[in-house]
Amino acid sequence: MTTDDTSLSPVRKLPTGIGSFDVIAKGGLPVNRTTLLSGTAGSGKTVFAVQFLAAGIQQFDEHAVFVTFEESASDIRTNMRSFGWDLAQWEREGKLSFVDASPDPHIEVIESGAFDLGALLARVQNAVKKVNAKRVSVDSLGAVFSQFSDQSVVRRELFRIAWALKSMGVTALLTAERTLDYGPVARFGIEEFIADNVMVLRNVLEDETRRRTIEILKFRGTDHQKGEVPFTILPGDGMVVIPLSAIQLKQKSSNVRTSSGNAELDKMCGGGFFRDSVILVSGATGTGKTLTVTQFLNGGAAVGEKCLLLAFEESREQLFRNAIGWGVDFEKLERDGMLRVICDYPEVATLEDWLLSIQKIVEEFKPSRVALDSLSALERVGTIKAFREFVIGFTSFIKHKEITGLFTSTTSSLMGGTSITEGHISTLTDSIILLRYVEMFGDMKRGITVLKMRGSAHDKGIREFNIDKDGMHLGRPFRNVTGILSGAPVHVSPADLERVWSQYDAEVSDRRRGSRESESGERRRGSERRGSASS
Amino acid sequence: MANLRRICEQELAGQYALEIIDVLENPQLAEDEKILATPTLIKQLPPPLRRVIGDLSDTEKVLLGLEVRPQASAQTPPRDS
Repeated sequence: MTTDDTSLSPVRKLPTGIGSFDVIAKGGLPVNRTTLLSGTAGSGKTVFAVQFLAAGIQQFDEHAVFVTFEESASDIRTNMRSFGWDLAQWEREGKLSFVDASPDPHIEVIESGAFDLGALLARVQNAVKKVNAKRVSVDSLGAVFSQFSDQSVVRRELFRIAWALKSMGVTALLTAERTLDYGPVARFGIEEFIADNVMVLRNVLEDETRRRTIEILKFRGTDHQKGEVPFTILPGDGMVVIPLSAIQLKQKSSNVRTSSGNAELDKMCGGGFFRDSVILVSGATGTGKTLTVTQFLNGGAAVGEKCLLLAFEESREQLFRNAIGWGVDFEKLERDGMLRVICDYPEVATLEDWLLSIQKIVEEFKPSRVALDSLSALERVGTIKAFREFVIGFTSFIKHKEITGLFTSTTSSLMGGTSITEGHISTLTDSIILLRYVEMFGDMKRGITVLKMRGSAHDKGIREFNIDKDGMHLGRPFRNVTGILSGAPVHVSPADLERVWSQYDAEVSDRRRGSRESESGERRRGSERRGSASS
Repeated sequence: MANLRRICEQELAGQYALEIIDVLENPQLAEDEKILATPTLIKQLPPPLRRVIGDLSDTEKVLLGLEVRPQASAQTPPRDS
């Protein structure tokens, strides 16, 4: 009967209310159908099953029935307290009803002859009627099989119950366990008879870190997002899905310029950073990344923009002392409410948790600028994949909020090269600023260049800069040196330079004008062409 | 049901009290007793509490389960009500 209804109208979805899950499910779970949720031990099946009901009660006032085959009802009541779900209270209010079908070790059961699970079905129907339930969770199907020796009977009976749930007009979630994170959908071939909708939870050990993901395998007759999506389980909130593709490239683009906190750097960037852009500052240790961050924050506070600093490398005291060394008083800024500094070891949480807690802080503090020092420190916490997802999630989030973001990344070699971080995120950032050491006649000098500035012209030169008590001071371009970015600077004598330029100019005489002012003609023209193509 | 009556009459004549409950009519009782399968036979007295599920077609197993007949190796004498 259900099939007849749905063949005429599209499958409707029931918003679950589970943090961002409805985004990947494109609306929620299919209404009036059963969905199989499969996962290995510890993958979060029970949490999802309970949260599905809890969110229904809390957010939509939809009553619920929880059928447990595994943990006893009292265990579940206790365990779910930590998520802030008072199941016992809801039971008293008539919003929730348990069907406790967990095995009782004190009762010995002997099988003799044919039986069915009619009593269980009657109990479920009774509970649904009693609280007028709209949602039913069954946790977990595999445990039923262990209670009876005749598996074919259990299979038949579960099918009957799943079918009956449909006719009761409830949206049901059935959990089932699987032995491998990448293997058959569920044990006992459960997916063969409850196959309308299948979702899989995973808890994969990768590089010594656990990564939780949820995948919607199929929703019969309706749309959903494909592939694994990371999620995390938080004490106060339960399960929170972190959809990446949900945040589409829809964010507004701002033409408003905002100062980098350094007038000379602003000039190099063609007038400053764009308001909702993400800037990556890359350089070896000691090249001035934290200084760039400090100036960026100070510049923001100076024009009345609230700033957030996420520091994963240095302690609060170090940061504040360094800032004073460059003439910036972080302490005063913080007192004035213009700055908030979050200092912590990246290892204290997973990347998924970091993303969520940072989002929470941003929502609450509402900064106009966010600086993260450094991405490289976060990189070591998770897998490459998790890191990528973190960066995508974070950049799209702050863009959505029209926040200017400045990230730093540490290159592994002193003289040049790129960091792994850059390889992963360079395409996600709008601007890239490189800070490099340049060795010249026994001196270590620092160079700065704007490699990329999306949507704007910028200075393509590599400029020398000095750091003193007032901060960063940009100087002249390195005219007589090539190969700075590759990490092998070669000094070129003025005579050679002259010869190269004159040959070059002869070939492209029509472009002669202005080339003399460029630092290294060929590179400049090359990068200009690239620049114009990308912008 | 026929099997149960037969067993009771044959093995426990006059020594039993039997109550039959329809779970469809009284699901709350099934809930309280945590019953899943139908039919379920619950032996409340004498202890220990025992449950037998199924149509009781395997008489030997039923008697063994209810402990109303001495097991082959058991030392304890048969207990009945």
